[in-house]
Amino acid sequence: MEGTKSVPRPARGLGLIKKLREQPEYQGWALISPTIIYLILFLILPLLLVVVLSFLARGTYGNVVYRLNLDNYSRLFDPLYLRILSYSLGVAALTTVITILIGYPLAYYIARVPERQRSMLLFLILVPFWTNFIIRIYAWIMILRSEGLLNTFLLNLGVIDAPLDILYTPTAVLIGMVYEFLPFMVLPLYTSLEKIEMAQLEAAADLGARPWVGFLRITLPLSIPGMIAGSILVFIPAMGMFVVPDLMGGAKTVLVGNLIRNQFLTARDWPFGAAGSMVLLLITLVFTLIYTRKAGFGEELLV
Amino acid sequence: MSEKKPSLWLRLIAWVVYIYIYAPILILIIFSFNTQKINVRWEGFTLDWYRVLFRNAEVMLATRNTLMIAIVSTITATVIGTLAALALQRYRFRGYTISESILYIPVIIPEVVMGISLLAFFSQVGIRLGLNTIMLAHIAFSIPFVTLVVRARLHGFDRAIEEAAMDLGANELVTFWRVTLPTIIPGVLSGALLAFTLSLDDYVITYFTAGPGSTTLPLRIFSMVRFAVTPEVNALSTLWVLTVFVLLLIGQIAQRRRT
Repeated sequence: MEGTKSVPRPARGLGLIKKLREQPEYQGWALISPTIIYLILFLILPLLLVVVLSFLARGTYGNVVYRLNLDNYSRLFDPLYLRILSYSLGVAALTTVITILIGYPLAYYIARVPERQRSMLLFLILVPFWTNFIIRIYAWIMILRSEGLLNTFLLNLGVIDAPLDILYTPTAVLIGMVYEFLPFMVLPLYTSLEKIEMAQLEAAADLGARPWVGFLRITLPLSIPGMIAGSILVFIPAMGMFVVPDLMGGAKTVLVGNLIRNQFLTARDWPFGAAGSMVLLLITLVFTLIYTRKAGFGEELLV
Repeated sequence: MSEKKPSLWLRLIAWVVYIYIYAPILILIIFSFNTQKINVRWEGFTLDWYRVLFRNAEVMLATRNTLMIAIVSTITATVIGTLAALALQRYRFRGYTISESILYIPVIIPEVVMGISLLAFFSQVGIRLGLNTIMLAHIAFSIPFVTLVVRARLHGFDRAIEEAAMDLGANELVTFWRVTLPTIIPGVLSGALLAFTLSLDDYVITYFTAGPGSTTLPLRIFSMVRFAVTPEVNALSTLWVLTVFVLLLIGQIAQRRRT
């Protein structure tokens, strides 16, 4: 900024353009600033607001009272809420495990077919994934409800005498969650399985390893990064999910997502809902950090 | 990983999983043509549910809202997000790491948290909820995805071509327009396609930022599903699935043409 004193106003504008042309750092800032300004306004500020809210109190009419306290957090230790929290963790974990069990053979298969077929098979996984997720839930409601397809089919076959009550149970929630999140697991798993060199497995076989030993010792360990990436992609949204429990779980299944939603829209206790969000955010953060430590923020997460 | 053919067992399991993925959607489509309203028993072919659907004013309004939101937020997010991708891929500047971290936040935070934070923010600032707030929210969650996709594309970009253009006398603007943009355009388009579908599909964040009169299709479908199972929803779903399928197919073919 030398000589700013003597430079008249219009030239200062030119100076900025000159800087923009000559200094890469200014160009970088110019390009990134719209994004950063936008995200500070509509992402960071709102999140900070929630942080502040979580330390405030609810007024008598559902308004927010500016009295700093920790009550919202201590309330979360109430057995009722602890149960919701551990239940959500359980559902999310189980969803993750089941998607691994179903997704692994599929990803493994796609990685092994001739290259021409692979893009088609991946495409086939993507189509339902791009289809609105409420539509996918609805498909399962049609199948599972008491006068639905599954019951009609089983009753006609004579396998059961009375319709099974699957819809509006925790089982239904699990079925819905697994179906929703399966593609998130298959894609990163495929990415890491596809990279494994066949030569390594052949070498193992030449040295006398049986196929399953080769799988356990080579394929499985090398696919761990994909598995972790997939688990993050399934676990985090599963933790905060409230739509599947809403539509398929009936009133019995309340997950953290439902709790937060209810505090904001029905109970109108925003500070308590904000505290719940903070806990959910913290769990998400911890899992992501574990992942980035273990695997690095790899390409598996970014398919 | 290819040479060895997958075993019969593996093939069998994989196809069972594919059936599991597709059966619900096929069932959905088949029953959109069924005359029977309540039972899932095939009674006869009809197109009535499509007729009912197109006469449903609420659905039509929701469709219009959804498309408008998706178009506006896709264009905005694509432009802003592409600039950010260029910045991150080609420049080193103070604040680089923090900018990158901010960009990853929408990818990893739970949707419900983003939804309630925007709801709290808009009501605190005093912005009335409606189409505008939905658009603002959709732009926010789309930008990072556009940036990720465009960055991946820029990764293999050879800057020597740009330098050659400059040496031949083109200025920065001409170089960008004639050399850089044509090269990254496939990445920009797939980023835009991603942003568009994310916006079309979004339920959770829209749910918290929508006001009266700004219902979108996912919100509409949700309330239809919640209250009754009717073949009208099947008809709507069928049209949705077909649209997505055609869009994706075009994307795939376009990509194959290019490579």
